Amino acid sequence: MLKPGARAGSSTLAHPRSPATRSRTACGGAPDPWRRGVFRAFGVLVGLLAAQPASARDVTLWHAWRGEERVALEQLTASWNVAHPETPLTTTFVPYEALAGKIEAAVPLGNGPDLFIFAHEKAGAWAARNIVNPVPELPDALPVARAAMATPDGAAALGWPLSAKALALYRDRTKVPEPPVDTDALLAAARAHTHRDQGAWGLVAELASPYAVAPWLHGHGGGVLSGGRVRFGTPENAAALGFVRTLTREVVPPELSGAQLTQLFDSGQAAMAVSGPWLLSELRSAAKGGVDWAVSPLPKVTATGRPAAPYATVDALFLARAGDDARAVAGWLASEEAARVRVDVGHQVAATRGITYDAPALAAFAAQLEHAVPMPTDDAFAMHWEPFARALRGFGRGTLTPDQALAQADTDLAILARPPAPPVSPTPWVVGSGLLGLVALGMARRALWGARVDVLRWKHAYAWIAPAFVATFVLVVLPFVTGATVSLFETDGVRWSFVGLTHFIDILLARDWPLTSTLSFWSTLAVTLLWTVANLVLHVGLGVALALLLREPWVRLRGVFRAMLVLPWAIPSYLTAMVWKGLFHREMGAINALLAALGLEPVGWFDRFATAFAANLATNAWLGFPFMMVTTLGALQAVPRELEEAAALDGAGGWERFRHVVLPLLMPALVPAIVLGSVWTFNAFNVIYLVSGGEPDGSTDILVSQAYRWAFTRGHRYGYAAAYAVLIFGVLAAYGRGVKRLTGSAT
Amino acid sequence: MSRPSFLRVLVVHGMLVLATMATLFPVLWVVKMALAPAAGMAVSANPLPTTFSLENFASVLGTRASDGSWLFGRQLLNSIVVSSVTAVLGTTLACTAGYALSRWAFPGRERLGALMLLTQSFPGVVMAVPLYLLLNALGLLDTAAGLVLVYATTAVPFATWNLKGWFDTLPKELEEAAMMDGASRWTTFWHILLPLSRPALAVTTLFSFLAAWNEFILAATLLGDERAWTLPVVLNGYVGEHGADWGRFSAGAIVVSVPVVALFFVLQKQLVEGLAAGSVKG
Repeated sequence: MLKPGARAGSSTLAHPRSPATRSRTACGGAPDPWRRGVFRAFGVLVGLLAAQPASARDVTLWHAWRGEERVALEQLTASWNVAHPETPLTTTFVPYEALAGKIEAAVPLGNGPDLFIFAHEKAGAWAARNIVNPVPELPDALPVARAAMATPDGAAALGWPLSAKALALYRDRTKVPEPPVDTDALLAAARAHTHRDQGAWGLVAELASPYAVAPWLHGHGGGVLSGGRVRFGTPENAAALGFVRTLTREVVPPELSGAQLTQLFDSGQAAMAVSGPWLLSELRSAAKGGVDWAVSPLPKVTATGRPAAPYATVDALFLARAGDDARAVAGWLASEEAARVRVDVGHQVAATRGITYDAPALAAFAAQLEHAVPMPTDDAFAMHWEPFARALRGFGRGTLTPDQALAQADTDLAILARPPAPPVSPTPWVVGSGLLGLVALGMARRALWGARVDVLRWKHAYAWIAPAFVATFVLVVLPFVTGATVSLFETDGVRWSFVGLTHFIDILLARDWPLTSTLSFWSTLAVTLLWTVANLVLHVGLGVALALLLREPWVRLRGVFRAMLVLPWAIPSYLTAMVWKGLFHREMGAINALLAALGLEPVGWFDRFATAFAANLATNAWLGFPFMMVTTLGALQAVPRELEEAAALDGAGGWERFRHVVLPLLMPALVPAIVLGSVWTFNAFNVIYLVSGGEPDGSTDILVSQAYRWAFTRGHRYGYAAAYAVLIFGVLAAYGRGVKRLTGSAT
Repeated sequence: MSRPSFLRVLVVHGMLVLATMATLFPVLWVVKMALAPAAGMAVSANPLPTTFSLENFASVLGTRASDGSWLFGRQLLNSIVVSSVTAVLGTTLACTAGYALSRWAFPGRERLGALMLLTQSFPGVVMAVPLYLLLNALGLLDTAAGLVLVYATTAVPFATWNLKGWFDTLPKELEEAAMMDGASRWTTFWHILLPLSRPALAVTTLFSFLAAWNEFILAATLLGDERAWTLPVVLNGYVGEHGADWGRFSAGAIVVSVPVVALFFVLQKQLVEGLAAGSVKG
């Protein structure tokens, strides 16, 4: 299959009439060597781009398997290609975060692969959107894998199951020699090895995540799904949360991420861990300084006698484009022969029946799969993660009782799962926008006609701005307008219905929430404004102050200071935002270590709005002050020293000199920087998303991160998210207008 | 001005040292993690490295593809190519537009200039999907060229405004004299204005370069094959959902940052001049 995109793309850029090459011919024979150098380099770079390979392929497969799993897959690919040179298989690794998005965008357009590997839980929705093609049912798969792959009518399978993953119990054998049989034994062993003052924990588990809490719900006889409906508030679930509370109060460290869990267990600071097979490849062997660990299935819940049953997720091969070659490849990759390679090389737990395991840890995971609940694939279930995670975090902070947490989750879910807005008739809209278009056209024609002499006289000016404007219009304005139009529709990804202004009315009237809820537009707007103003004060304050310090002629090592102080600007911000998040961690962050060194109590930075907001603010202030500092340094060059000296002779003090002499001269440079800075800060998605992630309870979310959540994590409500985006744009446009009026009247 | 008092000198230097220390605190942590051996680093308040192992750097720089070719080198080249072409393309598009907006009072100038600034307030969330469809229609999906086109146009509005600010500060008499001598608009722009605008061009180019060099989300969505990736996508792979390899992540972060920091250092003077253009006139 030829990929037309690659070729067309390269040729467009290298086309002799593209804007960039046009200016190259126009400047032919430029006398200045630096200019010639720039264009020569540019030519070389365009050539390199054009040289990107465009290969013909037959069967393509996308996956996100890393490490040993990936090695196994590549080994299998090589074997297939040796045996079947007539239908070569090409596998492409795509980062996990990007894979689902790419598949949803590419497959409907015919740009997708023939096959892809993904966790099964999205497959139900994908089958409904015809992204995956069902395949005949597979009798030799494990029961849990067959249940996971079943289509709603049960007649076929969604894809070929490859491997299955579920949580199990890891233990440090020197501390816990025998696997605990029930939760009482688990608690006893964990208590014996918890010494908070020494940073030693009895058990590590991500108990703020619904996924990690699920085994205990099932073990207590509960669960979130019953009869196709999600219901949190049951006595069984409350009992399970009671057990979870015991764990978090006594033996499990708070706000643990997966990476920290790995680190604590691997370094011997935790006696036991609840984690999945992905932890296997992260742990060092005992010979390499790691702990002497073993895996066993999760214990029984003492109160009920039932085994704790985790969710099982099945990594499966899905058919995105039906074809006999693709089916043949898939059938072979899912076969027992291939499973052997995936087990031996990739250290997977195969979803195939009758596989034996040499590694005891894999055998333990396979045993756990006998007591596991296949992750449901329906929409109602997909919606439950966010409200449940919110409730669990509130619960983990100790602010909610089990019953309150579950009741809150039920309420939140009811709002999120609200039926879509009813469609309205688009006729008045079509007529209205048609009329408006005619009026606008008439006005534009009259304006152009009236100014026709001017327009003709300045036609060279239009030619000069045309390249920039055409590019901006096509690739920035057009996508935004298209995206914004979605705000008038409701869509579940398959069907679209026109709902007019319903989303805007819902949002602006806060129909679903009280005004003070963290989900309401108005409270989020208030947080966003506070965020923007606080950041600007810090950016401008720090930037101007440091620039003034650096300006003194007698400062030593000025170049060094200046270079060090612009570092935050030079380092990619998504990297530093992640580092800052780590610095603020309650147990393992350097900031709390610093506080401890000063004799202060550690702070749970993301437990309260004020501290979480402060953490975001510190990060963004750090990221943003260099821009203001450099701008001010430049502007200061235009402030003559003599002016200040004259003021000093008149007896003006330092502050007065700054206020009345320096500052007015800085304003022309600072005002545009502040306007741009405020717009960027208003939409500073990265920092909010990566540092606090909206914690606690979404209270530190700003409008743009709220819009992102509606689009991508709260049931894909694109229409609602687009309405948010339009409102953000409206607020900023009004702000820009206000600034223009203010500065316009000032000069 | 009279000589500053000793106390004043001390206080100013003290404040600068303090600010520099606070600025360097997170950076030092990155260095410390990069230099720590593969696993296990004790948490302490001390941001200074206590171990010096180049293991992480060797592992990041030496990454190879399954066919044995030098994958990291390929990805580094991608990043350099994509960012450089973006920077040059973005600045080229912006410089004539900035000049026209600065010099000529054509009808609609205000509106078009305002529209440029307005694009800065478009939230990116709603643009991803339409952009994807558009690139697909243009046949540019999954290509470095498509990525460059998107990056360059995203950089154009800021670049245009920055350059307009610079051109505003250059006296009109320069061109008027040249035009009197019979030079065309283009010759005047090319031979007189542009050579005077090196600081602003340097800053604008650096900005566009940085934006492309650091971008992750679009790159991850639009680029398929590992061999086509840019470095941010590579780095993100080190911090997976379950096992964050902070050592290699930090080593990679340093590798990604060093060229940019070097560029900043070399262009310091231009940066200071080129960014504050608007004020010189004021």
